Amino acid sequence: MENSPDPAASLLEVRGISKSFGAVRALQEVDFTLRAGEIHALLGENGAGKSTLIKVITGVFPRDAGIVRISGEEVAPRSAKAALQTGIATVYQEVNLLPNLSVAQNLFLDRQPMRFGIVREGEMRRRAKTLLADFGLDIDVSAPLGNYSVAVQHVTAIARAVDLSARVLILDEPTASLDRHEVEILFGIMRQLAKRGIGIVFVSHFLDQVYEISDRITVLRNGRLVGERETASLSRLELIRMMLGRELAETTSARASAGAQKTREVCASFENYGKAGYVAPFNLELRHGEVVGLAGLLGSGRTETARLVFGAERADCGQARVEGTPVRLQSPRDGVRHGFGYCAEERKTDGIVAELTVRENIVLALQAKRGLHRPLSRREQDEIAGRYVKMLDIRPPDPERPVGLLSGGNQQKVLLARWLATTPRLLVLDEPTRGIDVGAHAEIIRLIRELCDDGLALLVISSELDEIVTYSDRVVVLRDRAHVEELAGEDIDVGSILAAIAADGASIAHEGRA
Amino acid sequence: MTALLPRRGLAQILALIVILAVDRVVSPQFFDLRLQDGRLFGSLIDVLNRGTPVALLSLGMVLVIATRGIDLSVGAVMAISGAIAASLADSHSLTVVLAAALGAGLICGLWNGFLVAVLGMQPIVATLILMVAGRGIAQLITEGRIVTFSSPDLVWLGNGSILGLPVPVAIALGMLILTGTVVRASALGLLIEATGGNARASELAGVGTRAMILAVYVWCGVCAGLAGVIAAADIMGADANNAGLWLELDAILAVVIGGTSLFGGRFSLVLAVLGALIIQTMNTGILLSGYPPEFNLLVKAVVVLAVLLLQSPKLSGVAGVVTRLRRTKA
Repeated sequence: MENSPDPAASLLEVRGISKSFGAVRALQEVDFTLRAGEIHALLGENGAGKSTLIKVITGVFPRDAGIVRISGEEVAPRSAKAALQTGIATVYQEVNLLPNLSVAQNLFLDRQPMRFGIVREGEMRRRAKTLLADFGLDIDVSAPLGNYSVAVQHVTAIARAVDLSARVLILDEPTASLDRHEVEILFGIMRQLAKRGIGIVFVSHFLDQVYEISDRITVLRNGRLVGERETASLSRLELIRMMLGRELAETTSARASAGAQKTREVCASFENYGKAGYVAPFNLELRHGEVVGLAGLLGSGRTETARLVFGAERADCGQARVEGTPVRLQSPRDGVRHGFGYCAEERKTDGIVAELTVRENIVLALQAKRGLHRPLSRREQDEIAGRYVKMLDIRPPDPERPVGLLSGGNQQKVLLARWLATTPRLLVLDEPTRGIDVGAHAEIIRLIRELCDDGLALLVISSELDEIVTYSDRVVVLRDRAHVEELAGEDIDVGSILAAIAADGASIAHEGRA
Repeated sequence: MTALLPRRGLAQILALIVILAVDRVVSPQFFDLRLQDGRLFGSLIDVLNRGTPVALLSLGMVLVIATRGIDLSVGAVMAISGAIAASLADSHSLTVVLAAALGAGLICGLWNGFLVAVLGMQPIVATLILMVAGRGIAQLITEGRIVTFSSPDLVWLGNGSILGLPVPVAIALGMLILTGTVVRASALGLLIEATGGNARASELAGVGTRAMILAVYVWCGVCAGLAGVIAAADIMGADANNAGLWLELDAILAVVIGGTSLFGGRFSLVLAVLGALIIQTMNTGILLSGYPPEFNLLVKAVVVLAVLLLQSPKLSGVAGVVTRLRRTKA
């Protein structure tokens, strides 16, 4: 393929697209070029602007600036349906078809073959059968779509799009819920479609798959275009650097504390712990007075690891131990009982109870741990809430204010207080600094170190590598839902974390160590 | 204890006062009370007495709604427990009768709780099952007849008096105090509000949300069972077709008037019972006024609207609904 873009061959051209939601600039002058017959991966971390770009192209969101051309002709679809008429079809991760209708009805929805105003069922089924045969699918097309696997539903959605004479096919995380074999089938179909001259945009966070299937890669970060590269000439390390925005030159970030070495007591250990289709079995030791950082790209299995460790998800293999004693972690209650705490990534849905007060939110976990019959008196509640409001400098310092009215950083502090009130031995923090202002950010990081010095074991997830390097005594690196590397002490720096995230399956000499 | 004391119940108290004033205009003797044979008589006492079944139902319903649920089956459960009580009244002691009737209510509540908490069914659908089937069960128990009884013990439960108050009123008062004490003196109240406010977050904080949900449906069943016994004792018989008919709607209404959101979370037992009294005060007023009872429904609707508007200063409630609609459209 040519390196210099040939405008004649470009099927979809996006130039200078900007989009803001209120004060948030989701896209800033983004360019994107898709050629006929190519598979083009669109990559970026959470919040990079991938979904927004797709929605602007397909007219789901109106754009603030910029143009979209298809085969050189400017288009401005106002809805997904209008986009379809210009030849752009999108298949989302959650298939947007109707599971209660038959496969054939889904394929010909809105355009059923009719005669005298009556749907010709037989004709429709026959045509559905032929259409799917093109995609190597031989199934009963009169059965409800919902009866089939997600893979079949994806293929059906793609077949419908292609049959609607789509020239641009956007696949948003199509492989997220497919197994290895189904991914192969899907890739076969994608290659076949590309050969027919259809341009495919492939959004995925599975880098192995991106390297396997795509011709070119466009990377977005924080709503801006980082670059467009040929897949064959882009190293993994370079790609991840583009996605995370770290220059390898700045890798030697100062570490706040080296910490005393290795003599610390093990607080909780997980041996060959995992769950099929969730996270590959891993070994993990968490020690008192030590921060373990979990690093990896979005979807690499960090949150999944945290949920398994806490008990929010049940493992199907392996053994967990707390202070050396084998335990079973079947539910959050079990985790809480063994002295674990977990601040989830999604504060609003998984953390705070918005309408309850700061006081009630702080005492919630402690009360749950004590049980119904041992209620905390109002005086005890006031004392606990007052203590943590002061200690963590929660603002405004009013324990009777509904927690939903606080800022993100203060909500995060309330959640920390909730767990600290249970005097835990292990605290799992999932993105504790996401979406909070700079001041609170620094405070939370300081707190993490302080808690650690008090003898707590901490497991912290963060996308900010600088941050992880600053407070971690060890860093576990994840890739594709498996733990691939463990760095300790002097080895922890942004460069080696990036290298571990980037290393591809073939060249991991150090995987044996992990 | 903030939620037990009607500190935020100004709208409800105001509404009750207004309705009482209207009743006074309609019927000049409305506030008259007289003592006869050691029992108080008068319109006010009637309101309390007639309001007892809905007040009892609302005690259970408010907890269910606080967990973001709803129980449509309470009317049917009343019919079941009433049928059981009436069938056993003349052959068994009051203890046995009460145990059987309340036990039936408890089992009904367990069934609802099982469907919602364990099987994860939507509360409105799950309790619809018993709402429909329950009346059938009650008819099977009474064999399609209206079962009457003359057991003096059970009749006393519906028509006797304690310290001048009708027994049903004393029972309702006792249940309010009992429920309030259990809920607020233990951690139950906080954990129920947390479960209703955000079940996912509460579960992750270690709250046994399933157990909470199961417990409130069981309690709702027991309250409905008790309401059924009192309704049967009142008329000295059980009518499977009409006992508790549509009362689930009054109970839900009482809870909503009492300011507990159907979206779960914060609840107030006292205000729910006050809601039940507001409804009954209206009913009684309309009966006394001589207008045909058909007006009852219309007036009820207007008053409910008025109370809800009063509860939302600056009509923030309306604004909230509009934004919510917009958000779902987006």
